[in-house]
Amino acid sequence: MKKRVLTVDDSRTIRNMLLVTLNNAGFETIQAEDGVEGLEVLEEANPDVIVTDINMPRLDGFGFIEGVRKNDRYRAIPILVLTTESDAEKKNRARQAGATGWIVKPFDPTKLIDAIERVTA
Amino acid sequence: MDMNEIKEIFFQECEEQLAELESGLLKLNDGDRDPETVNAVFRAVHSIKGGAGAFGLDDLVSFAHVFETTLDCVRSNRLDPGPEVLKVMLKSADVLADLTNAARDGGSVDGARSRQLIKELEALANGEVPPASAAPVEPVVKPVAAAAPPPVNDEGFQPVAFSFDDFDAPEEPPLMEMPVYDIVFKPKSDLYAKGNEATLLLRDLSRLGEMSIHCDMGALPTLDRLSPESAYFFWKISLATDKGEDAIRTVFEFAEWDCDLEISLVSDETAPSGEELPMQPVPFDLSILDDEPAVSVGVVEEEEQLAAQQRDIRNAAVSAAGTASNVLQMAQSATRAPTEKPAPAAASAAAQSAAAQQAAASAGTPTIRVDLDRVDRLINLVGELVINQAMLSQSVVENDTNGTSSINMGLEELQQLTREIQDSVMAIRAQPVKPVFQRMSRIVREIADMTGKSVRLITEGENTEVDKTVIDKLAEPLTHMIRNAVDHGLETPEKRLAAGKSAEGTVRLTAKHRSGRIVIELADDGAGINREKVRQKAIDNDLIAADANLSDEEIDNLIFHAGFSTADKISDISGRGVGMDVVKRSIQALGGRINISSKPGHGSVFIMSLPLTLAVLDGMVVTVANQTLVVPLTAIVETLQPEASAIHSFGSNQRLISIRNSFCPLVDVGRILNFRGTQANPVEGVALLVESEGGGQRALMVDAIQGQRQVVIKSLEANYTHVPGIAAATILGDGRVALILDVDAIVAASRGQSLKPEMSLAAVG
Repeated sequence: MKKRVLTVDDSRTIRNMLLVTLNNAGFETIQAEDGVEGLEVLEEANPDVIVTDINMPRLDGFGFIEGVRKNDRYRAIPILVLTTESDAEKKNRARQAGATGWIVKPFDPTKLIDAIERVTA
Repeated sequence: MDMNEIKEIFFQECEEQLAELESGLLKLNDGDRDPETVNAVFRAVHSIKGGAGAFGLDDLVSFAHVFETTLDCVRSNRLDPGPEVLKVMLKSADVLADLTNAARDGGSVDGARSRQLIKELEALANGEVPPASAAPVEPVVKPVAAAAPPPVNDEGFQPVAFSFDDFDAPEEPPLMEMPVYDIVFKPKSDLYAKGNEATLLLRDLSRLGEMSIHCDMGALPTLDRLSPESAYFFWKISLATDKGEDAIRTVFEFAEWDCDLEISLVSDETAPSGEELPMQPVPFDLSILDDEPAVSVGVVEEEEQLAAQQRDIRNAAVSAAGTASNVLQMAQSATRAPTEKPAPAAASAAAQSAAAQQAAASAGTPTIRVDLDRVDRLINLVGELVINQAMLSQSVVENDTNGTSSINMGLEELQQLTREIQDSVMAIRAQPVKPVFQRMSRIVREIADMTGKSVRLITEGENTEVDKTVIDKLAEPLTHMIRNAVDHGLETPEKRLAAGKSAEGTVRLTAKHRSGRIVIELADDGAGINREKVRQKAIDNDLIAADANLSDEEIDNLIFHAGFSTADKISDISGRGVGMDVVKRSIQALGGRINISSKPGHGSVFIMSLPLTLAVLDGMVVTVANQTLVVPLTAIVETLQPEASAIHSFGSNQRLISIRNSFCPLVDVGRILNFRGTQANPVEGVALLVESEGGGQRALMVDAIQGQRQVVIKSLEANYTHVPGIAAATILGDGRVALILDVDAIVAASRGQSLKPEMSLAAVG
């Protein structure tokens, strides 16, 4: 069975890049456009791992992660954060919110898949 | 989808983000201090930067980065977005747009300008107040954070530098004997709560080299004290690897803060581990993890296998507790913590997946993107449907002698439905005029800068929708008109103040729907048209006679004549070889009309009225020499039945018609199109008074008017070839093709004819 990845990003460009990269690597990909939608589709998407952006309208990545961590079923799911630069402060905040790890944008496919594999079985 | 397509999407998205950026900045400019507006502006730049990075567009990235940093200062309330600050930001938005375009189309950008703006942005971020052009500026930077370079760490965490480069670190040459590291790894409960997994970390670690592992369960409390989500186990690992300590640290990168980690290099491979540990190290069997089949439950199973292995080997250690297996199960659940994933049955999983995808596609997104081609194909088909329905109606009417009402009723309903479908389909192509209006604000800024005028652009009704083609073709004439309005219409601040107006001029751009058309108005509060000057210029250019008696309105409309410019000298801005005549022609080409009304001292208003779509046309169906033609309704001013007394011959075969004491050339459509060789008798036909390019009126002679109808436009060029005097074709209810008249071309052709008689007259005279 394929691993399911839920990606949450408001940028269509990044969404498409994630989709192509993840599909090529044999993942099943479900996409949401912001934190609110991410939480809405969470149950149905039933992902094995989540990849989320930080800067998003309606509900940003920090809020989204907190929301996921409050969900009984998904509170221990691995969540990777996409950050634009290796900004220690952002990583700290993401970790505070409960992120598992991070991927630095612009990501290359290897980096992304590598990070996902590090946090999933 | 490949990278090129994604790049295309990226540029589309950039356009949207740039529009978002600009409208956000303009809102801030109007005094809006909503944090969400600031966030949206920040996100727009951030998003462009993110995408640009993915495609290696370095110029774009570096500019966006500086811009973003400054915006971040605004976002965190360290920089107040006052007028001077926003001026820089709006300019930066323009440069960002230029850079994006350059990245897409390969053009070049004004490097000096962007470097200058980078400096200005950096100065803002560093808390330097930009020089105010006029009045003293309120303190722009809050003193607290002045010149604070990187964002403050509000969580109070010690920033830690991370590097992914470690992944790519060159492998050290293999040594004969690999260094051995002793690693003590003590996870805290947080590690599991954040979705990290001790098992996976150990797996990754094992990939670095030869590893032996020992799990210490000494901290495991008795069952009644056990908290299922706490971490009780820790591991002692002995790893022989040539990858170095950094590689080991990298494995624990994500977990670093939620565990105690000790890494020490042991020089001698055989030395430590076993002796000091209470139990023998167990070789860690990787195959258990790597042969993992079911992924969704993988974590759990791995855990169980690992635990089972540990349990078997170390049974003795735990047996003291007496409830070994129970405790272990509890411990397992502690380890796997809240990963309690029910493994759904295959069928329900598939259903869920479909539903999830559907949800992901629909949730929160009221829009979809569709290729324009598809929409056009649909519009085309609906056009055919409309024609077909009309044909059906007509043949039923013709064959229906005794009025079978049920068929007629059905037909009427069909007609209504078709009409509704047509309207709905047309609405798909309709887009708000917002993007065009937004572009105008940049143009206003640029010209205001160049002319040293102070201008405020107010846009209204930017959500008014109109066909995409109309929008696309609107930008150019509108740009020119805006340039004109600022350059010629508005006065300099000094003159304005002298005239008792505010120094800042206002240009107002509005769009609204009026009786099935879109009306766009461009108003300025400038000096209005200088009629004396226009008149003199027209006389100088031989456009009018020196003693011509013209109404104010007629004088105003002279500016639409070719090659007309009221500016004393042709300026760099408006004088780009395009005059208002070109504007008028492009508006007319869209089936629109343009008018001006001006009040000296109070400004001018340009009013454009455009059709909502270019796919259908309101036309007057007429007969000319037994042919059916369609004349666009927009061109027709009035229709009249000429009386014999109103027709006057002029020259050899020219005729004029007198309408309300003025003479208007009579154009015989049938002759110009070569439908017949002889002149039609005007008294037997109908005259359509049309206004043609250049403002002149002509009376088109046709034989009869059949009616007024909305027709679906079919391109003649696409299906046949261009025919002079004919704009397009359509199919009428009876299934016959009718040609749509190109009024301007007909009028131009009639002028060409009229040259000859004039010349012969001159020869005679």
